[in-house]
Amino acid sequence: MSDVPERTASLSGGPVLEPGHTYRSVTEKISSIALARKTPKEWWIGFGVSFLLLMMLLYATGYLFIKGVGIWGINMPVAWGFAIVNFVWWVGIGHAGTLISAILLLLRQEWRTSINRFAEAMTLFAVACAGLFPLLHLGRPWVFYWLFPYPDTMRLWPQFRSPLVWDVFAVSTYATVSLLFWFVGLLPDLATLRDRARRRPAKIIYGILAMGWRGSATHWHRYETAYLLLAGLATPLVVSVHTVVSFDFAAGIIPGWHTTIFPPYFVAGAIYSGFAMVLTLSIPLRAFYGLEDFITMRHLENMAKVLIATGLIVAYGYAAELFMSWYSANAAEQFLAKNRAFGPYWPAYWALILCNVLTVQLLWFRRIRTRPWFLWVIAIVINVGMWLERYVIVVVSLTRDFLPSIWRSYHGTVWDWATFLGSMGLFLSLLFLFIRFLPVISIAEMRSLVDETEGRE
Amino acid sequence: MKRAGRPPIYGILAEFEDRERLLEAAQTASGAGYRALDAYTPLPVEGLSDAIGFHHTRLPWVVFTGAALGALGGFGMQLYASAVHYPLNIGGRPLNSWPAFIPITFELTVLGASLFAVFGLLALNGLPTPYHPLFNVDRFEFASREALFLCIKSKDPKFDRAATRRFLEGLRPHEVSEVEW
Repeated sequence: MSDVPERTASLSGGPVLEPGHTYRSVTEKISSIALARKTPKEWWIGFGVSFLLLMMLLYATGYLFIKGVGIWGINMPVAWGFAIVNFVWWVGIGHAGTLISAILLLLRQEWRTSINRFAEAMTLFAVACAGLFPLLHLGRPWVFYWLFPYPDTMRLWPQFRSPLVWDVFAVSTYATVSLLFWFVGLLPDLATLRDRARRRPAKIIYGILAMGWRGSATHWHRYETAYLLLAGLATPLVVSVHTVVSFDFAAGIIPGWHTTIFPPYFVAGAIYSGFAMVLTLSIPLRAFYGLEDFITMRHLENMAKVLIATGLIVAYGYAAELFMSWYSANAAEQFLAKNRAFGPYWPAYWALILCNVLTVQLLWFRRIRTRPWFLWVIAIVINVGMWLERYVIVVVSLTRDFLPSIWRSYHGTVWDWATFLGSMGLFLSLLFLFIRFLPVISIAEMRSLVDETEGRE
Repeated sequence: MKRAGRPPIYGILAEFEDRERLLEAAQTASGAGYRALDAYTPLPVEGLSDAIGFHHTRLPWVVFTGAALGALGGFGMQLYASAVHYPLNIGGRPLNSWPAFIPITFELTVLGASLFAVFGLLALNGLPTPYHPLFNVDRFEFASREALFLCIKSKDPKFDRAATRRFLEGLRPHEVSEVEW
């Protein structure tokens, strides 16, 4: 490892790009995934399975439009079931993408470079899945535009003091800004694909998307300014989005929801699940396309460390909830805490503690952190745990609120599960298409890493 | 030299081996009095825009304008809706309950700034440009991969087809070519 420059190796040993690469080798390796003449068989299998799941989503939503939300397990008092659980889960997953691309850019963390592109793509697709659930849950989804302030003949405004309306603004702004950020990052790479594509349709499509980018020095100057400004704007945006999502709960007076720890605890949970998802996706991707040079062990280790840090914040959140229910001396809150751990939904609660608090502690060991497939399993366990966390928050609180006479239990029906699994199909289908047609790693940014790894030999 | 229509070519393009030589060439060219210069590289090169005489971009002001419009528009919309157009007096609470308006104001500030940043970037860079004379040069397709170019445009007052070509050849380039319209 003696030829690895100090700066790239300083943080945790390994390099962010294996030495020996040139502009040409980086460009060819990454762009050949998108420009390959033949689509690999494994891609077809992966895409096929995802596409089947996507069809299941279409079937489930089609049936929902005919029958209404009664096909789901929701009832009174559990008016929000899987829909809000899935919504919060998917929005949370999106957060790592923006965190990697914006916050780590501002902090000049070079290790973000190889993973930011597909983490951003992951954000976009996760937000698309997230947006689906509140819309489907509306009951009359075709009038979703009532949530927006638009000049309507009924002269009605949305209720701007409601966290649910804040959510509409937060999530749609988040989706728009993520898309813009992603596109700006893609622009120079689209030009590379345009110039490398040999087949005419590909050349034309990439050409249109690249908008005539020529890498002029004045263009780069403005580009870098714009990219940094967008990163600066996206950074508080990430924090605000999940904070607003947590307000959906915290502004309600239901026991277990009305908690001041929610905003920071939700943001940390979002980053936790998001990084787990980046690992879930990047480990198979790097193995399959042979990208070990670009997504090095250092990336995996750093992400594992982020998981430990955010996992501890999440664990602190659980502890704070328990402490506050005891310290508030509020009978309803105290009952809720007991009911979570020992009530009818106790398996979900303890499974969530096992997944989110205990499993992640394995990552303290370097030998586990540096074994990709082990890391992959842990990442999936965390993803499951974070889904359970939202399930516990939503369902346990609603089934048992202040008035025992309206207590009622809740379970997802087959349609709930079909919609949830189907949304994974939507996510994965989009992701497979992205991997096939666009560069999964930012080529232009990798070139600047080349300069650093070769400059000091 | 001066003719009524546009000059016969767009400019003269020189390709350089590495970034140090390109930077040097750009500095020599602007030192020699050329003003209509541009360089093309596959990645941002530090100091290059300075070397060709491009120091500041108005983009931050464009973004600030977007942010200000988003903030004022967002807050103004909520104030107008809740206090003017459709006032609802609930328990004597103030109509202008501004703390509740902050989240949406914030989101719209970020939205305005980001939209202005991206569309401002494209507009200032003159994108989209479906046709550009530089794409007529065969080697130019490598500008998005590994090649580095310096171009002196024919609109430069000092431009002279033969003399400028000789000047660029004197900078030890890899190759020099004329850019047809």
